[in-house]
Amino acid sequence: MELLSGNEAIAQGAWEAGARIGAAYPGTPSTETMEAFGAKEGVYAEWAVNEKVAVEVAVGASAAGVRVLSTMKHVGVNVAADPLFTAAYSGVGGGMVVLAADDPGMYSSQNEQDSHWYAKAAAIPMLDPADSAEALAFTREAYEVSERFDVPVFIRSTVRVSHTRTPVECGQRTERDLAPFESNPAKWVMMPAYAKPRRKVQLERIDKLSEWVETCPYNRVEMRDASVGIVCAGAVYQHVREALPEASVFKLGVTWPLPKQALRDFADAVESLYVIEEASTYLHDGVAACGICVADTPVPLPRDGELSPGLVAAAFGLEAPAHAEAPADVPGRPPALCAGCPHRLVFKELARMKAIVTGDIGCYTLGALPPLLAMDTTIDMGASVSMSHGFELALAGTDHRPVFAVIGDSTFGHSGLSSLVSTVYNRGGGNVCILDNRTTAMTGRQGNPFNGETLQGRPSRELDLEGILHALGIEDVRAVDPNDAKAVRAALKAAAANEELSVIVFRSPCVLIDRIRKAPYEVTAACTACGVCSTLGCPAISKDPELGVAFIDEGSCIGCGQCAQYCAFGCIVSTDKGGFDD
Amino acid sequence: MTNATITVLLCGVGGQGTVLAADLLAHAALEAGYDVKVSEIHGMSQRGGAVTTIVRFGKDGVRSMVADVGAADAVVSFETTEALRNLPYLKEGGYLLVADETIKPLPVLTGRASMPDKAVSRLKEADAHVMPAGAIAAEVGSPKSVNVALLGALATRLDFPQQAWEQTIAARVPAKTIEKNIEAFRAGQAFASRCEE
Repeated sequence: MELLSGNEAIAQGAWEAGARIGAAYPGTPSTETMEAFGAKEGVYAEWAVNEKVAVEVAVGASAAGVRVLSTMKHVGVNVAADPLFTAAYSGVGGGMVVLAADDPGMYSSQNEQDSHWYAKAAAIPMLDPADSAEALAFTREAYEVSERFDVPVFIRSTVRVSHTRTPVECGQRTERDLAPFESNPAKWVMMPAYAKPRRKVQLERIDKLSEWVETCPYNRVEMRDASVGIVCAGAVYQHVREALPEASVFKLGVTWPLPKQALRDFADAVESLYVIEEASTYLHDGVAACGICVADTPVPLPRDGELSPGLVAAAFGLEAPAHAEAPADVPGRPPALCAGCPHRLVFKELARMKAIVTGDIGCYTLGALPPLLAMDTTIDMGASVSMSHGFELALAGTDHRPVFAVIGDSTFGHSGLSSLVSTVYNRGGGNVCILDNRTTAMTGRQGNPFNGETLQGRPSRELDLEGILHALGIEDVRAVDPNDAKAVRAALKAAAANEELSVIVFRSPCVLIDRIRKAPYEVTAACTACGVCSTLGCPAISKDPELGVAFIDEGSCIGCGQCAQYCAFGCIVSTDKGGFDD
Repeated sequence: MTNATITVLLCGVGGQGTVLAADLLAHAALEAGYDVKVSEIHGMSQRGGAVTTIVRFGKDGVRSMVADVGAADAVVSFETTEALRNLPYLKEGGYLLVADETIKPLPVLTGRASMPDKAVSRLKEADAHVMPAGAIAAEVGSPKSVNVALLGALATRLDFPQQAWEQTIAARVPAKTIEKNIEAFRAGQAFASRCEE
């Protein structure tokens, strides 16, 4: 027995099934899946620039006859939706499995959309494991389902499946022979003449899947007390079993298509049938559409966020066990940009110039929080660049604050680049800051085209960011050290003053890459308690609650010297003990 | 304590080592013959934010991987403010183990919020075992083994064989640090045993 996370188990299942190629874009809670897959023998795995590209790589490899894995977070499925919907017409060559990892409760996401809707909308079968052992078995089996029905298959997980480690018995790999590719435009060229008959094939497949799902081994009816019957799937199944151990349960392993007759039979066998699911009405609507009367829980379940055994129990009127009240005076502990983070001064200066800042997805989204408060919008990957163009269009001819887009290097590669091409093409003005910290930091420092690191450490090349910007015809391109406050300020000012499109590349590595520490800084006794340094939001700097003077924690300070540039009185100085190594 | 599912909530601040402690606890439980689930949160919450990891184990199969209020048999906190925050999760009569470390969150550092009043004495009122885990780890010459020292104290409340713990530590910490970590573990056990006397 090994303790594997759901993500590691999915990778193991794909490997055991003989999958040979994987393509993904990192995103919590999916990221470790492709990392674990890429660490296995006999596979090729890569970070694609975005999820659409990853799925297209996977469809190509599948068409060529290889079993493939593609993984992404729920919002990544939005990006990949275009190829997925039509791959569900063409089908597969080698089996193709796609992980959609959802984040109900939004631990690390901009929304909590439910990927089940995609399975239904695209007619792609979806399996919902409830722990790591199922994640392994379902993924391995998903390749059989994929090839048998000639369709890609979704594995759907949530944070509590992907990031929970449970005991797993790992098996052996079955090597697969390459199914040789033969030209077949009627299957692979989805132009109207071929797509129309292929749509009929898809409809026939839906009928076959609907028949298969009634008796497939992945759904399970557990009859106990017949007064309460519950339909559920995934991690929620575990909460239901914990909260209501006597209830009868229809555990769905396949969540699309739904086994309509089996569900009706279950409904007939229980007095009241309930559907319990997280942050969605997908299962409820699907079960109700079977003509089943779905009972309301005595107390309504939360409509958003994660469920837990306690929340399920409360919905059935059970009281929480005795417990202490949450103390009211405990301060929040939100995440923050690290001490020495190269993004900090860009946000400080954008706030100082009262810019309108369109933001993007990554660690730097934390620039929106106090005390920096330097971000006005964040919607989705790449949107900073296109939204700033929208702001510029709407505000044209008015006296407005400068508009700045702020985007990270990996996010720029993901989809900011195409936004920028569109702005240039449409002769848009405005200002774009590319925060090139040499890595995809938020998800755990993965490679991307601009740091030239690949998932399995194969030699690659760093894309020349400034070269690309020049090639687009952007004349005002400058590279700036974001740790130099004066240089940051000057570059932002110059960009704002320029009517034409300006792009500033702020380049400095993420402090988590090599963790270099210099001698820490300290505050001298001359501190005037002006409080400016604490507006930087550095976790190493604190303000004395009574005297207001600054204090630098030498254990947290990495000696970046950003704060010293903001002390008008010269009271922040390096301890410079020389040669600090940690 | 052997038949029901046992829930341990480990909490602290991102970067304090709660994940490794949970990993050791889970593997020791597996070694001792239990079914186990370990639930972690990755991503944005790791940038210096509050973190919790939940370890649940039992002989009869563990169901849910999360803990509700009043459900944790033990709360092991690496930090005093986080101990207060997670107090509602502790079962009545449960074991509350807290390292005597305090890390101010950013809203406090920047003067927008203040620290809770008399955190340690309030924790003690809630029957917390406040442990000088940093000092204990430093004493055995392994200041980074705070998490292992805390586990040692927790171990006195669980019925895993000593061998299960020490084998797990030996198998899962860097080879050079095995001896020191086992020493820190035993020092944690000794501390907790002294508290019981």
